[in-house]
Amino acid sequence: MLIDKKMASVKMAAQKKTLLALFGAALVSLAMPLSGFAASAGVQLQPANNDVSNTASLQRGARNFVNYCLGCHSAKYVRYNRLAKDLGLTEAQVMENLMFTGERPHDTMKITMPPLDAERWFGRTPPDLSLMARARGTDYIYTFLKSFYLDPSRPNGTNNLVLPMTSMPHVLWELQGYQEAEYEGRSDAEGNAVHKEFKGFKIAQKGSMTPEEFDQFVRDTVNFLDYIAEPMQLERRNLGLRVLGFLLVFFLFAYFLKKEYWKDVK
Amino acid sequence: MSVTLENSGARKSSWMTSLVDWIDQRFPMTRFIKEHATEYYAPKNFNFWYYFGSLALVVLVIQIVTGIFLTMNYKPSAAEAFASVEYIMRDVEWGWLIRYMHSTGASAFFIVVYLHMFRGLMYGSYKNPRELVWIFGMLIYLCLMAEAFFGYLLPWGNMSYWGAQVIVSLFGAIPGIGESLVEWIRGDYYISDITLNRFFALHVIALPLALVFLVIAHIFALHEVGSNNPDGIEIKKLKGPDGHPVDGIPFHPYYTVKDLVGFIVFAAAFACVVFFAPEMGGYFLEHANFEPANPLQTPEHIAPVWYFTPFYAILRAVPNKLLGVVLMGLAVLAFVFLPWLDRSKVKSIRYRGWLFKTFLFAFAISFLALGFLGLQPATPVYTNAARIFAVIYFAFFILMPWYTRVDKTKPVPDRVTYHAH
Repeated sequence: MLIDKKMASVKMAAQKKTLLALFGAALVSLAMPLSGFAASAGVQLQPANNDVSNTASLQRGARNFVNYCLGCHSAKYVRYNRLAKDLGLTEAQVMENLMFTGERPHDTMKITMPPLDAERWFGRTPPDLSLMARARGTDYIYTFLKSFYLDPSRPNGTNNLVLPMTSMPHVLWELQGYQEAEYEGRSDAEGNAVHKEFKGFKIAQKGSMTPEEFDQFVRDTVNFLDYIAEPMQLERRNLGLRVLGFLLVFFLFAYFLKKEYWKDVK
Repeated sequence: MSVTLENSGARKSSWMTSLVDWIDQRFPMTRFIKEHATEYYAPKNFNFWYYFGSLALVVLVIQIVTGIFLTMNYKPSAAEAFASVEYIMRDVEWGWLIRYMHSTGASAFFIVVYLHMFRGLMYGSYKNPRELVWIFGMLIYLCLMAEAFFGYLLPWGNMSYWGAQVIVSLFGAIPGIGESLVEWIRGDYYISDITLNRFFALHVIALPLALVFLVIAHIFALHEVGSNNPDGIEIKKLKGPDGHPVDGIPFHPYYTVKDLVGFIVFAAAFACVVFFAPEMGGYFLEHANFEPANPLQTPEHIAPVWYFTPFYAILRAVPNKLLGVVLMGLAVLAFVFLPWLDRSKVKSIRYRGWLFKTFLFAFAISFLALGFLGLQPATPVYTNAARIFAVIYFAFFILMPWYTRVDKTKPVPDRVTYHAH
């Protein structure tokens, strides 16, 4: 049912903005709360265990992001100079290591691929990643990036367990290698699978990284995505502690003031 | 010694006194302060539940002030709204704090108002002579729901979009005029830039104006009849030789200092959300709303924000759409009739019998349960549960004339219960 829905939505996205599609979408929206969909693909997500206060990890994640993601995915709300400040880098370091196409430090992480071409090439425009960690969660991205597997029926030759029928190719194949999905289940008399359950992945072709190295690579990248989704999150928690400290002191004063006044209420 | 002190004090404040006199001859300032603060006599036995009235006022002020600053950088256009919110979050100095205060404030408003309303149910604050206080309060609640609904579209996230789509389409259930009405509300054939613009206008001008006006009416009506209290005793009936109620104390300074303590505790809880969990696990800021509005793709699971879900669960529990919409509307409006549904001689739960206590408890549980069910996908089990709780919800109102009349009440004392600290 979920795959059906995904396919339907891809098909719909491919259509032009006709009134028909709009009415269709409106109908789906009305039917949805009544039918009820399970959240995500039902795959057990693996914990990303990333830490946005780990600056070294964020720096590695930024490097991974510009090298492997930024070709197709923008992060159009993220400014390079803000990045430099938050990641403990100088603007010169950022310009030298993270900016390759003549942007200025106050520019945001945009891409040059025209959205219409992207839609023609991939079936849909690769989504902007500024807020992906907040929209889908870090565990989702972490598991997604590790769950590409060989599937000859797909145009890219790979499919994804977390987001079936994804139009994204397995970009990190050189690092991770290729893996095959193994299923267990039973077949009916005609040999069609009637109950298929995912068992695990098996490496089909080794990549340049060990599984542990690759996990860390993905974790750093997800950590960076977590940071760009809410760049002020460390500052926010820091300020929160001071605000609570102030309120505690204020509370003591107010509490004893109240006690003093209420002495005369008999 | 004391004479010189008094003299100097008098000299110092003489220009102040004459300024106040000057104003009072032209504007009822002193009279106003006396009537509503220093000589407004409130019962001395207010308990925990009585913080939420002043807290609701505090949240209203938070929403208005943060709202003003958000408006300075927000762009009410379909092309720019989502990006302008991210601009506020990332590039505007302290923009993230203002935005989180506003988004947390929306949920806090409902938490505070629901507790404030429940207080009214427990202590019979809607009963004679406070019917108008109650009705103004209900109008505030209706405005608040509309205000929250219009505001939720403004970030132009995908949940904003589809949430608005679903709720606006409910009006389509009205026979005959339904479809044209929906078009008229949206100003378009679908939720569009035009809809966003008018929702913005309603959110920042029309409804705040109505809210402020109604809050003033609510407080004026309250100060005309006087506050109720946990004992449900009219303190005005027993006045001392000075003409003031013996069980009353001036609102200022007694309740201003007390409410200040309550405010600080509230502010600490508020700060915990703003600074440590602004999304509240997806309940205050929904995950799907971090993706921009997409008319061609619905979020995986559309649910309204938590404060609407009790009513949403009732809507879904009814197989017929029109009947569902009608029952949902009645579930909200039923509160208005409480002053006339309640036939009990006593106000407070303290002196009521077990029947009322049972019904109120069952009502509170069903409200919470419906709120939970409205957030879940509508599986058959959940839908049946929602039906049971919806029946209990309405039974509280429909059976009220009966169970409040036959319920055994306890005698109400003349004086309020108060133990000096």
